[in-house]
Amino acid sequence: MSTDTDTTDTTTSAPVVGGGAASTVPTALAGRPGVPFGRTLQAELRKMVDTRAGLWMIIVMTGLAAIILAAFVIWGSAEDATFNGLLEVATLPLAMVLPILGIMAATAEWSQRTGLVTFTLEPRRGRIVVAKALASMLFALVVLVAAVAASALVNVVAGTGTWDLSAAAAGGIVLALMLYVLQGVAFGLLFLNTPIAIVAVLVLPSVWGIATQLVGSLEEIGQWLNLDRVTVPLFAGEMAGKDWAQLATGVAAWVLLPLAIGTYRVLNREVK
Amino acid sequence: MITVENLTKRYGAFTAVDDISFQVRPGSVVGFLGPNGAGKSTAMRMMTGLTPATSGRATILGQTYRELHNPGRQVGVMLDASAQHPGRTGREVLRVSAISVGVSRSRVEEVLALVGLTDEEAGRRVRNYSLGMRQRLGIAAALLGDPHVLILDEPANGLDPQGIHWMRGLLRRFADGGGTVLLSSHLLHEVQIVADDLVMIGRGRIVAMGSKDELLSRGGTTVHSTDDIRLAGLLEKADVPVTRTGSGLVVDAEPGVVGEIAAAERVVLLELRSGGSEGLEEMFLGLTAATSREGDAA
Repeated sequence: MSTDTDTTDTTTSAPVVGGGAASTVPTALAGRPGVPFGRTLQAELRKMVDTRAGLWMIIVMTGLAAIILAAFVIWGSAEDATFNGLLEVATLPLAMVLPILGIMAATAEWSQRTGLVTFTLEPRRGRIVVAKALASMLFALVVLVAAVAASALVNVVAGTGTWDLSAAAAGGIVLALMLYVLQGVAFGLLFLNTPIAIVAVLVLPSVWGIATQLVGSLEEIGQWLNLDRVTVPLFAGEMAGKDWAQLATGVAAWVLLPLAIGTYRVLNREVK
Repeated sequence: MITVENLTKRYGAFTAVDDISFQVRPGSVVGFLGPNGAGKSTAMRMMTGLTPATSGRATILGQTYRELHNPGRQVGVMLDASAQHPGRTGREVLRVSAISVGVSRSRVEEVLALVGLTDEEAGRRVRNYSLGMRQRLGIAAALLGDPHVLILDEPANGLDPQGIHWMRGLLRRFADGGGTVLLSSHLLHEVQIVADDLVMIGRGRIVAMGSKDELLSRGGTTVHSTDDIRLAGLLEKADVPVTRTGSGLVVDAEPGVVGEIAAAERVVLLELRSGGSEGLEEMFLGLTAATSREGDAA
């Protein structure tokens, strides 16, 4: 053991173990901390689809959408099978499954403990959180485009052939889906546990919705703090002034608040 | 180069890592040795920015981990070989890391070959990997960015004897190329094979540090005489701690001290040499047991 530290340029009293005093000390690479965001985003996108769980979610989602579309065409009333009507049913399974993909993206680092690798390759955890949220939304957009294409195809082949999707409704569907995906990421970050987060996303809004209907005094609050209710006019493309305010409060309570708390947890939690 | 200065981690009243300081210089393979729960993993997580330190700091190549530019290119880290998504193939695990680190797909194949994972094994899901294969995959991931420094937690765990010798060769070549290696282990015989220098830790504190050979020679003095019972009594009378072994005595004193007592009392010595008959293992147990009992001893 040597306590001679004169040969190092760093001022430290730490005793030296191993290595010759003459060996040259490599210096750290110059550059900004961490890795460029584009690479983090690319890695996060890939991680969403390269596992069997991720693959199955996509298969289930596509299968459900196909079955629902087919059932709608076969048994539904013929005049409802317009482009907008078809797209509405095709996006139903997306609104259910995409948040779960968001949850899985957020929780995998902790439930599978891959965070030990992810957070050592990019120690700035906030960037990982942003990349996960963006990757989930990008992925949802791709799936939505596929749903639009499928709906258009069905509309031409078996539907009424009516193109009745308003710009407001189209924008509403995109925005609503993005919010649901973000909600999934937020709940995933909040609980950092896949089953608990999935149950919470599926059950909590329903429990809250029932509570507001049963308890009279909560009725008014429920209109402002119920994400499922405030997105109804959004999907329909019929947003009025008050609807936007209610959407804002609903999103703040069910998306932004859990997102903020969840991000704080991830930034400060010990990775084990 | 890894520099650890007064690094401390407390969880409430419990001190997991207690004011440890050491510096690992390039060209060395240093074993971080201690029993389970000694604070090795906590210390390594603090070095890599995964666990915030209560006080003190750790730097790698002169910077704290979070300041490092593209850390994957500078430090290869493996903190738990089992912490991999079971649904990914070994190759896919490396490809995801390669995107983040910014190295090519051919580099993935290179490190797979380097750690001896075959094409077929790399295409298997990690779920179906043995612990030894996971260790190789973890080391491949650590080497991916061609770093200067390796920080490996229990890398030899789960490897068979040939695997441990293979790892020694791999890490030795890495260090000979100017690399710095810090690896932890709770098994002394593992670390004896793989590492050249040791930092021993018990109850969160460093109990011994130095080259393996230096630490090995610290085991006291071995003495054998025509009348060991009488010699043991004489040494005890002189307040020198004595332990009886099968073939003589181990004395916690310099050979000179033992020789003088023997000469004064006219005991015929048959053997007198520095170094105890006890292995590094017993010394390791003794050192860590001492801190376990007294807490403050170091």
